[in-house]
Order: sequence, then C-alpha cells, then structure tokens
Amino acid sequence: MSLFAASAAVASSAAAYGYDTIRPVARLRFCGLRREALRLHSPRSTLQLVAARRSVVAAATAGNGAAASGGFDYDIVIIGAGVGGHGAALHAVEKGLKTAIIEGDIVGGTCVNRGCVPSKALLAVSGRMRELQDEHHMKSLGLQVSSPGYDRQAVADHANNLASKIRSNLTNSMKALGVDILTGIGTIVGKQKVRYGKVGFAENEITARNIIIATGSVPFVPKGIEIDGKTVFTSDHALKLESVPEWIAIVGSGYIGLEFSDVYTALGSEVTFVEALDQLMPGFDPEIAKLAQRILINPRKIDYHTGVFASKITPAKDGKPVLIELIDAKTKEHKETLEVDAALIATGRAPFTKGLGLENINVVTQRGFVPVDERMQVMDATGNVVPNLYCIGDANGKLMLAHAASAQGISVVEQISGRDNILNHLSIPAACFTHPEISMVGLTEPQAREKADKEGFEISVVKTSFKANTKALAENEGDGLAKMIYRPDTGEILGVHILGLHAADLIHEASNAIALGTHVQDIKFAVHAHPTLSEVLDELFKAAKVNTGVSHSINEPVAV
Amino acid sequence: MASLISPYLSVPTAPGRARLAAPGAPRRRRMAVVRAKIREIFMPALSSTMTEGKIVSWTAAEGDRVAKGDPVVVVESDKADMDVETFHDGIVAVVLVPAGGTAPVGAPIALLAESEEEVALARARAQALSQGQSKEPSPPHAAAAPGPPPPAPVAPPATKGIATPYAKKLAKQHRVDIAGVVGTGPHGRVTAADVEAAAGIKHKQKVAPPPPPPPADVGPAPPMPVLPPVPGGTVVLFTTMQAAVSRNMVESLRVPTFRVGYSMVTDKLDALYEKVKSKGVTKTVLLVKAAAVALTQHPVVNASCRDGKSFSYNNNVNIGVAVALEGGLLTPVLEDADKLDIYLLAQKWRVLLKKARMKQLQPNEYNSGTFTLSNLGMFGVNKFDAILPAGQGAIMAVGASRPTVVADKDGFFSIKSEMLVNVTADHRIIYGADLAAFLQTFAKIVEDPEILTL
Repeated sequence: MSLFAASAAVASSAAAYGYDTIRPVARLRFCGLRREALRLHSPRSTLQLVAARRSVVAAATAGNGAAASGGFDYDIVIIGAGVGGHGAALHAVEKGLKTAIIEGDIVGGTCVNRGCVPSKALLAVSGRMRELQDEHHMKSLGLQVSSPGYDRQAVADHANNLASKIRSNLTNSMKALGVDILTGIGTIVGKQKVRYGKVGFAENEITARNIIIATGSVPFVPKGIEIDGKTVFTSDHALKLESVPEWIAIVGSGYIGLEFSDVYTALGSEVTFVEALDQLMPGFDPEIAKLAQRILINPRKIDYHTGVFASKITPAKDGKPVLIELIDAKTKEHKETLEVDAALIATGRAPFTKGLGLENINVVTQRGFVPVDERMQVMDATGNVVPNLYCIGDANGKLMLAHAASAQGISVVEQISGRDNILNHLSIPAACFTHPEISMVGLTEPQAREKADKEGFEISVVKTSFKANTKALAENEGDGLAKMIYRPDTGEILGVHILGLHAADLIHEASNAIALGTHVQDIKFAVHAHPTLSEVLDELFKAAKVNTGVSHSINEPVAV
Repeated sequence: MASLISPYLSVPTAPGRARLAAPGAPRRRRMAVVRAKIREIFMPALSSTMTEGKIVSWTAAEGDRVAKGDPVVVVESDKADMDVETFHDGIVAVVLVPAGGTAPVGAPIALLAESEEEVALARARAQALSQGQSKEPSPPHAAAAPGPPPPAPVAPPATKGIATPYAKKLAKQHRVDIAGVVGTGPHGRVTAADVEAAAGIKHKQKVAPPPPPPPADVGPAPPMPVLPPVPGGTVVLFTTMQAAVSRNMVESLRVPTFRVGYSMVTDKLDALYEKVKSKGVTKTVLLVKAAAVALTQHPVVNASCRDGKSFSYNNNVNIGVAVALEGGLLTPVLEDADKLDIYLLAQKWRVLLKKARMKQLQPNEYNSGTFTLSNLGMFGVNKFDAILPAGQGAIMAVGASRPTVVADKDGFFSIKSEMLVNVTADHRIIYGADLAAFLQTFAKIVEDPEILTL
C-alpha cells in the first residue's frame, strides 16, 4: 500500500531514487488523511502505484523540457496563474511533470494584484498610522509623536510596488523552473484538450493528460448596485487607494469589509457597515465576533446597520453624495437612505468560470462554482467524476482562501503523481489582518457543539487572555483572546480561535496540530520561548483537561 | 447673591438612593416620590482590594431594555474583563460613565429606569449630577440638556438627520440631541465638530474664551523675551483664564490708545442711589445706565476698529462690567443697556453676577460687549487707567467718590463728593474731541441723574 502522506520533499526524494517508499502504518503522519481514506481507497492506490512508478521513472529520467508521457503536449495544463495555479505548477515541476500554465489576464491573479498582497501593504500602513495617532498609547510607552500624517499617493505606491515585485517573483520562479507560461483565455474543448488564445489572435490548441482549472473569483456585486470605480467600488478598486473618502459605507462585514474598515479608519475616514445578517462578522466564532466588535468597531468612528440589504446604490454625481437605499432583509420594506461619500462593496466573491467551455464536457456549474469531490476532481452533470479534470481554489468554492487554493493544487498534483491525497480543510487556518488580527482554524464553538450533539461526544472550551501575556503587555497591546475547543475524552483539537497581536502568525501551531492529529495532552509539553506571544497558545494547551488518563510521550507514535 | 450655594454642588457620590440632599427645589421633591423607580448600576468591586474600576465597554446602550442577570457593562480587572450583570429589570436610561472612563467602586455608573416615562426623569437627574460635579474654570459648558439652546446662532433649522458615525457616537456620549444640531459637513451632514460645538466642547488647540475674544485681524504678536525664573520664588502656571487675559493684554499693545480724565460731582447720584437701593439697584447699575445713555448720543465711542481701516458701529449698546473673581477677571455684559430701565438692569446684573461666580456664563454673555466699565472705587482708588479690551473702542475706569473741596466760579468753597472717571480709547476711531464730548455728556447725566429713572 502506498498511501503516502509524507511531505513533498520526502516524496520527491523517494521518486528520484525510483523506488516507492512504503512506510509502516504506525509511523505515518497524515496531513489530512482520515481513516476512511485508508479503508476506501487501497485497491485504487495499487493501480496508482503502478502508474506512479512508471511516471516516477519517467520523471526521474525526463527533464522538464522533454515530452510528457503518453503522447500529450503536457502532463498538466493549469488554467489560471493565480496563487492556486502557481502552487500547483511549482509542485508539478518538482514532481517532474511537464507543466504549462495559461493566464488570460495577469500573472498572480487576484491575490497578488488585487487581494492579499496590496491589502497587506495597506494594512501595514494603517496599523502604523493607528499606533502613531494613538496619543494615549504612545504616552503610556513614554513616546512623543507630533502630528503623524501620510501621503496617499506614497501609500498607494507602496502597495503597487509590492504587487509588482511579487508578481515578477512569481513569474520568474515559474519561468526558471521551466513552466510554460501561455498567454490567453483557456477553454476546455474536449477531453484533455485545451484551446487558448488572446482575444483577436489565433488560437492554439494543446493536449494535456491532466487539466487543472484554477480560474479564481471576482468580487460579487449584488443586483441594484451601480459600480463606477470612483465612488462606488469593489476591493479591486479600493486597493489602488485612489482616494480616501471622508465617509465610506462598507456593504458586507466579513473579513474583507473588516480589513478595509481598519484601513480607512486609520487613514481618517468614518465607516458605516451595512450587513444583511443580524450579526456583524457572521463567519467568525460568536465570542470572538463579540470581542472583535468591542475592540475593532466600538472605539472607532464606525457605526453599522444590520439585518438590511442595500437594494440600490447610486454613485455620486452632480454634487450629490452616494445614495444607498436600505431595505429590511426580511420584510423588504425601505428602512432608510444613507448619504455617504463612497461605498465599498464587499459582499463576497463570485467564481470566475465563464468561458471555460465546461459545457463541452457536460459539466454544469452551481451558482458559478465548479462541482468537485473531496479530491478536487470535477463532477459532471450526472454526478460522475470527470477523469483527469480537477478544479482548485476559489473556482470550486470549497474554501475561498489563497493558501487553500495552493494546498488543493498540491493535493491534486500529488494525486496526479500517484499518491492519493485528500486535503483536510479543517486544518487550514484563516486570518483577518485587522489590528489586532483575528485568526482561526477548525470549527467555531456552535459548529463544534452541533457536531458533538450529532455524533455523541462532549466538547470543552478553554480561553486565555492576552492580558496575561508578558510580551503583549510589554507592547501595551493586551487586548485579545485565544480560545480552544477540544474533546476532553480524546484530546482532539476541534478548533482554535485567536484575536490579538500577531494572531495570524500564532495560529499555525494549532493548525499544524490539527493537520498532524496531535492531541492536546501531548502538545502541552512542548516548550515555548519566553517571553513570546506564542505563550498564549501554551497557556491554552496547558489549561485543557483531557480525561483519557493516558498521556503519551511526544516521541511515541500516535495511532490515528 | 454670591452666597446662594447651588443645591447641586453638595451631591455626594456615595451609593444609595437618597442622594439629593437639598430640599426646597420643587424638582427634588417630585423626584423624591419617584425615586424608587430609578435605580443605579454601581461600579462593582471585582476583588477585595479594588478601589476603582475602568469601564471597557457598555454591552447595553442607553435605551436598551435589560432583564435581571443580563450583562450590561464590561469592567476591567487586573486579570480579565468581567461582564457585570444588572440586578434589576429595566431600561438603561443614562450612562453616567462612558466606556473608557473610570469610577470608584460603589459609584453609580448608569441609571436604570423601570419604564419609558422614568427615562426622562433619570436623564434629568443625571444632568443634575453632572452639573454638580463639573468644576472647571473656563469654557463654561453649554450644558447639553434639552433646555438651553446652543450658544451658536439662534434657531437651528431641522436637519435631514444625516450624521456621520463619529458624530452619532459623540452625540450619545455628550447627550446632545442630534436632531437639533446644525450640520455643516458636506451635503449638510452633521459632523463630529458640529456635535462638539453644540456640546460646548472646545479642543485644547483652540483658545479658551474668557473676557473679550481675540480680534480676528491681529497678526502674530512680537515674541516676548522670556526672563529666567526668580531664585527662591515659586512658579505657578497660568490658568486658562489667566492665560487668556495675559494674551489679550499683550495684543492690546498694538492699538494706539489715549486717555481722557473727567471729574464729576456725584452728590445727586448718591442721593438717587439711596432712594433706589432698596429695590436692588446698585451704584454700578446706575453708572452703566448713565454710560449707556451717553453712548447713544456719542455712537463713535460705542464703535470699534476691527480691521485697521474702518469704523464698525454697533447697533446695540452692550456694556460689560469688569468683575474680579478668584484667580481671574470676567466682564459679564448687560445687553441693550440703553433700552432697559435701571430696575431691569439691576435684575439682569444679579443673574449675571451669580453666573459669573459659578463659572456658568454663556459666551454671548461675556463676548458681546461694545463698551466696558471698570470700577475700583470700592477700594478707595481715586484714579486709574484701564487697558482697552480687544474689539472695543473705549473703556471707562471709575474711581471712588470722595468728599473734595471744590471751588466754584464765584470763589466759594464747598465740599462735594467728587468722582474721577478716566476713559481709555482707540485713537484710530475716537478722537480727543469725541471722547471729551462723551465725557461731558456723561458728567451731565451723573450730575443730574433724574434721566436715569425714566
């Protein structure tokens, strides 16, 4: 049985030696494999083992310039050179697969050009602005700062330059490894056949043994909202920071809206949230959301309207402000009209799957999302898996985060290389880069309780405050909370949520634990450096009480 | 007048319902009847050694209905933030200490009303508490209660109700009715600055406004040399009022002034005073009225020079009278002094004086003067010069009336009460002859004061 879930490095070195490395089950560390996977797919994997050995040998001998096996132009063609596509491409090359990537717009996709990268640049600026402007905070540290200010164009340039830099890094990394970057819109014209070409130019057709769809998503604009890019806009425009409005309404209070509220309030704007659900920040754990409201919303120049839709938004013109008509989410009756200087639409992202030619292979999208199974294999209209066709990232809608896309890409390439792989989405952390940051991995408390009720086990919750952490207090940033939901009978970690300084970096200890199946009673013996913020998690682990009575040494293998 | 201590000042901050000690005022009595329905939420002691607590945030806002056991506020302790619950059902009527504020253990931090009607009563009670507790010298708070209108212009037109998020927060915090605030932001929206203006809050960057406001046309004053401190002496920094006085005096150096003195016989004025003093009219009021009448006949002395190149004539005769207060100086203004009779003027003066002593003067009650009177006669001073306040044309310095030997043109000596009056005036608009003529008129009125009783 060659169920490899070992890290990519090990696998590739194994591949280079040309023999498969069967490891004893007891010492396997599964990055996401579950018992079901072990049971269900053993026969399949034997077949794949054979195929893998063949391709492994081929890969070991072939360079990346040689022809793909099986008479195809490429082993893998990836449609979309965003984060997902890039991650998949790099891993594929590492596995010795001949790879091409088709990009119709700009390498790097949303993350690099219109998402993660520029937004983090803006958030870095806003974090500093906020700190410098907080006289009370500065004084308590003994600092004097006189009238801090900012140059909007310089801030925008910082974000832009960063995006350009990362984009060229990405492009160069792919070029250097021999990935063929093909420019044009990619369309699937038949089984294992892709056509691409720039608008107005001749189209090229290529054959690929495997096709990965990684076309990502675009900001979703609900009906009735008129975008003009200047006064009513989406995150795409906002990240260019062409202006800082005095008063901006943000429609949607998820992590995108929240991050932008952080940026705008730090730069001097006032913000009004328009949220359709009854709670702000509906996707977060409710306790975290409550604390987040206390820290991120109440003390700032932000107010909000919940339980309302923005049924109509008219951009500003002829000296009139932006008009936003709010209707009650349930009764649909008009509640009030806001008059603001700008409106940011942050109501989520819609998959970008038009023009992929999915109808040519009998695949029907669901609300635009490509239906996939747990292995990211595309399912057709009859519910069957379409062989050799995968879809990763935002386009399949499973977990619309950049690192989820690249993890899915790696999982797919693993499968293509002969090692079955099912990604455990519950081990993928998520973060919101406000100041202070919010991060989470696994289930929220209500989700955990629901699962516990359904499956008949108990859950426990432990919490610690950043106020007890030396480093946080040294920085005078003691506002924060970390909470862990776990099973007291087995010590399995179900979810960890952190709100506080550097939460986005701290969560990985917990996400690693969940990915590797580490139990609380073992991880509590791990030593954390002092004084660091990671001790917040150390406290959490130490506070957990597990009833198994048997404590494993961390060196002993843990059977899953 | 000055001895009337406001009942609000003696409110203790100890917990308990029977807090309003002073009887007498009708509102208190009515409150006493319904006192039981308005409860206080106290700052709890989260540990045995805690003496005061900081409020992190209010879980329940003003106007929210809460049930017994609901968390209403989050209080910071040294370990964690604790949710504090209410022991009673009710509506959070007033938040007395806002988020971020501190209060001693046991002090009330909010008022809980049982029903909607009591909410208004609770609000009134909270107003009383806050007035009693504010003791700052300068900017007198235009108390943001529903009663007094904002000191800014007149009847505020109905706003469209669009207010920015920060404006709404501030309005809640300072208890300003946002519907009554005039919006000056883009598209007529109410901004934070508008709410602050309505609440009478000035930022520390702006000048605190005691006596006359600084004139708009004055450029930067020449830098004064700073002298080294006196060895063996103590340095006491200016209060805001003292700083403003100092600033205004320095700025007055830019105005070219001259002085004209006039002595006048006050026997008849003294006799008139004896007659009217039982009705509450003081010497000051008589002099103010005399000056007002004289000013109506010499409007240039009631004018000012605001830009260095024109006369600004005032339609009203508003006479400010310098009043010495502990640690400061104020000039409450008797408006339209020429139009009111001495009894009315006296009544107004009493009210102004009381307000001045309690530091509750509104800006229009000390900014609107067109002429000022300063009297040091009560100290026995016979003559002095006053410094011209910014924005005015003239100021009159009045000395004491003392029995003096006067000779008349026939060579007869007699003893009469003589008072020396010295007027300082801005020579850019008021010339020697103008001032002399004014003083002649003034002296005539003082020496034959029947006109004052008309």
